Amino acid sequence: MAHFTKATSIKDWLNQRLAIEKVEKVMASEYWIPKNINFLWAMGMILVITFALLLVSGIFLLMYYQPNVTTAFDSVNYTIMREVDFGWLWRHVHGVAASVVFLIIYIHMFTGIYYGSYKKGREMIWISGMLLFVAFSAEAFSGYMLPWGQMSYWAGMVITNLFSGGSLHADGLVEWIRGDYVPAQAFLNRFFMLHVLLIPVAIMGLIGLHFGALRIPHVNNQDGEEIDFDVESKKYLDGDKAGSKVIRFANDFMAKDMMVVGFYLVFFFYLVFYHYGFAMDPVNFDPADGLKTPAHIYPEWYFLWSYEILRPFSTDVGLMAFAFAQVIFMMLPFLDRSPNTVPASRRGLFKYWFWAMLIDMIILTAMGKVPPVEPFGSIGFYAALTFIGLWIALPFITMMEKKV
Amino acid sequence: MKNSSRRGFMGKAFGVFAAGGAIASLYAMKKSWDPLPSVKAAGFTTLDMSGYTDNELVVEKWRGKPIFVLKQSAEMLKKAEANPKDMDRLVKIGDAHFMVCVGLCTHLGCIPGYRPDTQDFLCACHGGMYDFTAEVTKAPPPRGLDIPPFKIDGTTLVLGEEGPEYKKMLESGTTLKV
Repeated sequence: MAHFTKATSIKDWLNQRLAIEKVEKVMASEYWIPKNINFLWAMGMILVITFALLLVSGIFLLMYYQPNVTTAFDSVNYTIMREVDFGWLWRHVHGVAASVVFLIIYIHMFTGIYYGSYKKGREMIWISGMLLFVAFSAEAFSGYMLPWGQMSYWAGMVITNLFSGGSLHADGLVEWIRGDYVPAQAFLNRFFMLHVLLIPVAIMGLIGLHFGALRIPHVNNQDGEEIDFDVESKKYLDGDKAGSKVIRFANDFMAKDMMVVGFYLVFFFYLVFYHYGFAMDPVNFDPADGLKTPAHIYPEWYFLWSYEILRPFSTDVGLMAFAFAQVIFMMLPFLDRSPNTVPASRRGLFKYWFWAMLIDMIILTAMGKVPPVEPFGSIGFYAALTFIGLWIALPFITMMEKKV
Repeated sequence: MKNSSRRGFMGKAFGVFAAGGAIASLYAMKKSWDPLPSVKAAGFTTLDMSGYTDNELVVEKWRGKPIFVLKQSAEMLKKAEANPKDMDRLVKIGDAHFMVCVGLCTHLGCIPGYRPDTQDFLCACHGGMYDFTAEVTKAPPPRGLDIPPFKIDGTTLVLGEEGPEYKKMLESGTTLKV
């Protein structure tokens, strides 16, 4: 047994049993962050805060929501919205956060792509991040089912039908996922379970993996410079704070991080209080009706780009293009063949690839929102082809890149 | 050495038991997600076919899905006779011809809308089109609307049972099994 002495303070008592000082050093004051970064490095903390907002608001919604096809709609739109004091607040926080979290995820992703933060030992950061994207997508979709409005029902119908695999005609699989021939009680109940238990647990595990993946390669910086963290942190601890290329995670880095979070929260609560409507589709304020399709079914804005890759093709080709779009980002560290870890602006053709990809995804998003009529159908079709073409071209243009 | 090989054996033996248990529980989990017997049993609908009007789409319900019933007018029947593929899709009861289909787009399951003037269906989700016998005329849907299993019984139609006319449609590939 370890040797314990009479504690001189509560801190000392805890220290002997839990080594809290050591933990604090490892996690915060001696976890080193490069100085050469900008506000885009604060997106991770913003995502943590947004996830916390989703969790807290979700706990309060969970206390009144009823996962039953006859009562779900009213439990949200009547009980929570009108009877529960501040029920509207939890719902609007939850709805707005679910939408905004994807905006921040996309910024976080494209920051990583721009600065090459998926290379040279940072591959697992990228892969765990993309797994988080998949888990968040599943979480968003399952949550969208719960109010049991028209969009919930028909999005549930369309998305579960994707699993029939087109010409494979795997209706048995679709019925198995639904637990019925159409989305009904079994479907609502199991997606409720996925939304409040299984997927959140997976997300929390993946967040742990994502943070863990950062420890060895450390955070990237604006120039992709390879920093010797042992040497630089020693310099800092020896008193040469100005000469060192790194700072402490807490409180030094966190101070600026939380300032960006502060600006974000002003924006976030502005949306919650004055512009929550963008996250609440009017069609979903009609109760689910299996005998009436809404005139125009479209997903939330954050799924529009991949929806538009599915839409312009025939069923089988569309499904293949859609599946391609879902997995291809995961492969980025292996498709980028260049040894350079520098911002895209210094990488020759990759600079154009980056901006072309970003613009193409914005075009796909816009075309996914409009009805499938000309000229939008053609624009969407060529934008979808461009998306696939850019990914096929990536290994070749990065192979030709000169070492900088 | 002797100890470690004994540990190795215990480890392997445990692994075999654990794998067996894992497979068994996966099987139980799979079965727990299957549609319940009560859901499967509620799968029959009987339609009285004498009450329909020409070129007027009526939406019935079978297994929670919308069923399109469209009585063909003389003009539509003439058009259908020119195209054997269309003719194969119709159900003849007495002297009348009916289109009876599951009203879910074969692309991703939206409900197409019927336009009586042009006598065709348009699916608003992704722009797919079908003619008046619900044969596909414009992609992305891969095929015409599926025909539910049916049995003709005098002037009524039982959905969910497979009659000889339906079996013929299955064999000729006019419809897939729903």
